[in-house]
Amino acid sequence: MPASLVDGNSLLAVDIGAVTTRAAYFDVVEGQYRLIGMGQCPTTNDGGVRNLVLGVQLAVENLQNLLGKQFMDEEGRLLIPSQPDGAGVDGMVATLSAGAPIKTLLVGLLPEVSLKSIEKLVHASYARVLDTISLNDSRRLDEQVNAVIRQSPELILIAGGVDGGATHSINSIIETIGLAAYLMPDGQRPAMLYAGNRALAGGIRATLGKIASELVICPNVRPSLDVEDLAPAQRELAKLTINIRQRQMPEIEELRVLTGGVVLPTAYAQGRMTRFLSVDGENKHILSVDVGASAVSMAAAFGESLYLNVFPQFGLGEPLAGLLKYTTLDEVARWLPVEMPLESVRDFLYQKSLYPQHLPATHEELFLEQAIARQNLLLAAQAMTQRLPGRYRRTGSLFPNFELILASGSVLTNAPTLGQKLLLLLDALQPAGITTLAIDQNNLLPMLGAAAEVNSLLPVQVIASGALAYLATVISPVSNSAYGTPIVRAKLIREDGTTLTSEVNMGNLQILPLENGQTARLELRPLRNADVGLGPGRAGALDVIGSSLGVVIDARGRPLRLPSDAGGRVKLLKKWLKTVGG
Amino acid sequence: MFAPLIHILPLATILRTRLLPVEGKIIIGIGQKVNPTDTVAEAVVGRKHLVVDVAQKLNIPQRDVPRFIKVKKGQQVSKEEVLAETPGLFGKDVLSPAAGTIVAIGSGKIVIETGGAIFELRAGIPGVIAQTIGTRGVVIRATGGLIQGVWGNGKLDYGTMQSLMEGPDELFDPTRIDVSLRGTILLGGHVESQKVFQNATDLAVRGLIVTSMNPALLQAALQVPFPVLVLEGFGRRPMTPATYKLLSTNVKRDISLNAEMPNRHSPLARQETSLRPEVFIPLPVSQEPPEPRQVETFAPGQPVRVMFLSKPARHGTIVQLRPMALLPNGLQASAAEVRLETGEQILAPLTNLEVVG
Repeated sequence: MPASLVDGNSLLAVDIGAVTTRAAYFDVVEGQYRLIGMGQCPTTNDGGVRNLVLGVQLAVENLQNLLGKQFMDEEGRLLIPSQPDGAGVDGMVATLSAGAPIKTLLVGLLPEVSLKSIEKLVHASYARVLDTISLNDSRRLDEQVNAVIRQSPELILIAGGVDGGATHSINSIIETIGLAAYLMPDGQRPAMLYAGNRALAGGIRATLGKIASELVICPNVRPSLDVEDLAPAQRELAKLTINIRQRQMPEIEELRVLTGGVVLPTAYAQGRMTRFLSVDGENKHILSVDVGASAVSMAAAFGESLYLNVFPQFGLGEPLAGLLKYTTLDEVARWLPVEMPLESVRDFLYQKSLYPQHLPATHEELFLEQAIARQNLLLAAQAMTQRLPGRYRRTGSLFPNFELILASGSVLTNAPTLGQKLLLLLDALQPAGITTLAIDQNNLLPMLGAAAEVNSLLPVQVIASGALAYLATVISPVSNSAYGTPIVRAKLIREDGTTLTSEVNMGNLQILPLENGQTARLELRPLRNADVGLGPGRAGALDVIGSSLGVVIDARGRPLRLPSDAGGRVKLLKKWLKTVGG
Repeated sequence: MFAPLIHILPLATILRTRLLPVEGKIIIGIGQKVNPTDTVAEAVVGRKHLVVDVAQKLNIPQRDVPRFIKVKKGQQVSKEEVLAETPGLFGKDVLSPAAGTIVAIGSGKIVIETGGAIFELRAGIPGVIAQTIGTRGVVIRATGGLIQGVWGNGKLDYGTMQSLMEGPDELFDPTRIDVSLRGTILLGGHVESQKVFQNATDLAVRGLIVTSMNPALLQAALQVPFPVLVLEGFGRRPMTPATYKLLSTNVKRDISLNAEMPNRHSPLARQETSLRPEVFIPLPVSQEPPEPRQVETFAPGQPVRVMFLSKPARHGTIVQLRPMALLPNGLQASAAEVRLETGEQILAPLTNLEVVG
């Protein structure tokens, strides 16, 4: 047995989302960690109950009822560690995404250097940037000070200077920040994270340490001009985020006690797990997306390199009231497989922002929610792609190459059919080439990322046990050919020797049936220089696994273009929906 | 599962928190009676800071500045008062650019706090001070009718309610706002035109209680000087019968219209007794009615409002809870069988229900 697994400790992982709180129980079955059960309830951060821990208790109670196992005593206290009679659990971890985006001020020296790095840092967290201050700031000192006081940030991220470089300029900016924070009322002073020239660390601790509500000093994000190292600062920012949340929601302290301090921001834990899967999969390019009520988060892992982006503006709950700042009603409505007045789409967006927990109760509401999710995920994917280093981007507007895309979020996991889940992901992300799509049906990824903090074996074994639902292998050829022109010939050779041959035309979505769990060899022969993911015009073969959806060839074009007339568009969307099983 | 509650009550005792935006001074004590327009606390807001770079103005190193400073932290200074000066025939002085208070001295600079205005926190409802919250606010106890809405523009006022409605599903006709309604709080239907806000502003109404609103008018609603409360939501929606009945039977009464939407994520929201915008109709009572429940769990027999996002809400009673049910659109969810007021029985996810009471 590996060293990390001392004696098969059971674990309770809790994820507190803006709308739903989930509790997952993991234990060893036949020598391997497994997900034993999952309980959930609405997050208790609103209405008459404003205490997250009550929601955790209810989710655990739900789990108790489901498994017939006792986790809490009669007074609702979690039994940690487990008791001789088998009640309770050995450990607990938690992830948290509930709460408004943290009001953040960015401070750096040069916009293209330290500010750029600190922007990447903030993109990976649940933050809303209020303002930036840098050397290029043309405001007078007192204008800067008054702006900071007026905006009342909860967090200030500071970077600047390379290690061993000059200190005068960054000192001057820090003096401004210190003065503004000093002038703020005691209870409103922000937390600060410094990740700049390390020569200044001591001085900063002496000055800002007395003023900030909490000061964290971490290694320089730009130790030299050509080196960027975000990881240590990301880790410290994750801890600081939870500390700020605790000031907003003091009951988080109870969670800290129960978890031995393992409370992580959900997106951070999701990123950790995505990177782990990528490294474990021999540097496979993996993308995980979570379409949540508070934010859409995307973690792109290329081996050890992780690019985590959190988009609070695209969350499917409260943020919807502001969505039209980023898109238009037409762009949302184009995804509807029924004709509907734009005013109805608009009213739905605003009403949903008032009722983030609302579940679609009619077909119309389901279509609307999925249309909004498509558009938000598409916008997030475009923004994420822009932020990736050039080496991972592709020519044109093609989506980066990911061998595996893992998706979660209630809009996906609750979708009534696998076909709806598949189409939502294909429409929004528009992968090109060969991609495997999987659904994290229980939103386990962040929980496993947090679990890795205390047990490195558990996530590996839970993933290996099939906790993620394989959706389909998708081949998305890229071609400039005209609509209706054949662009790929596919031959599926099943294990039993039977074959299926198909020629797929540009604009078509085609399913090659392959039963759940069966393996087959898929031969692909592109026509007219189409690229099936092996290079323009290059043929090849790959092993594929069947699913309820079979193997999918999405030749609808990249980028996906929909007819401009509503009637034709609705007809086409309905046709595609029917192709994937409704 | 905890159930969200919406209060539509003809008579209840309520406790309402009133908070200053910043720390301030409470000027009324526990047990004192207050009227809606009474000031219960006050604070200075909108202060600005002027940074005077003494070292630069005197052209001396920062470390030498303290020797020449003539003011102390906390000191009031008037405009052009000397802040620092160097002696001698060719000495220079630094004058205060404005009247204010010295709030910081250091690094060769002096910071003066100027301006600011007194913010007076009104009681908003007639009642009795039940509690004070540090230097931040008070809790007021009052009795009367209570009707909660779903959106408010952040403002609050008190006045006589007048109705422009003849039925629960009407469009708010801006031409009906005439001079006879000046200074009143208007009850109206669905707002589709910005003209409603223009006319209401021109005629200085004290507030608007509307059934629903076109969301394109949100900015206009936020900019008017009076409170706007939306009862049902965005897009045309009729007023639910219970709300309509309660409001229309209290026309011409003085009411408190609190269209504030406390930021439910702020630490202070934990101290708020209500996070919904609401109409409060103060009523005299001989015996104090009970406080409305703050926490409820779903159970058969409860009156509920079934929320739809794409069509109007409907009222009914829970008949049966279903731990997991298949909805007509294929979704699976914890749900309830609800008998609507029309007699029709529907299956609704619990997440879409609000207990009325």
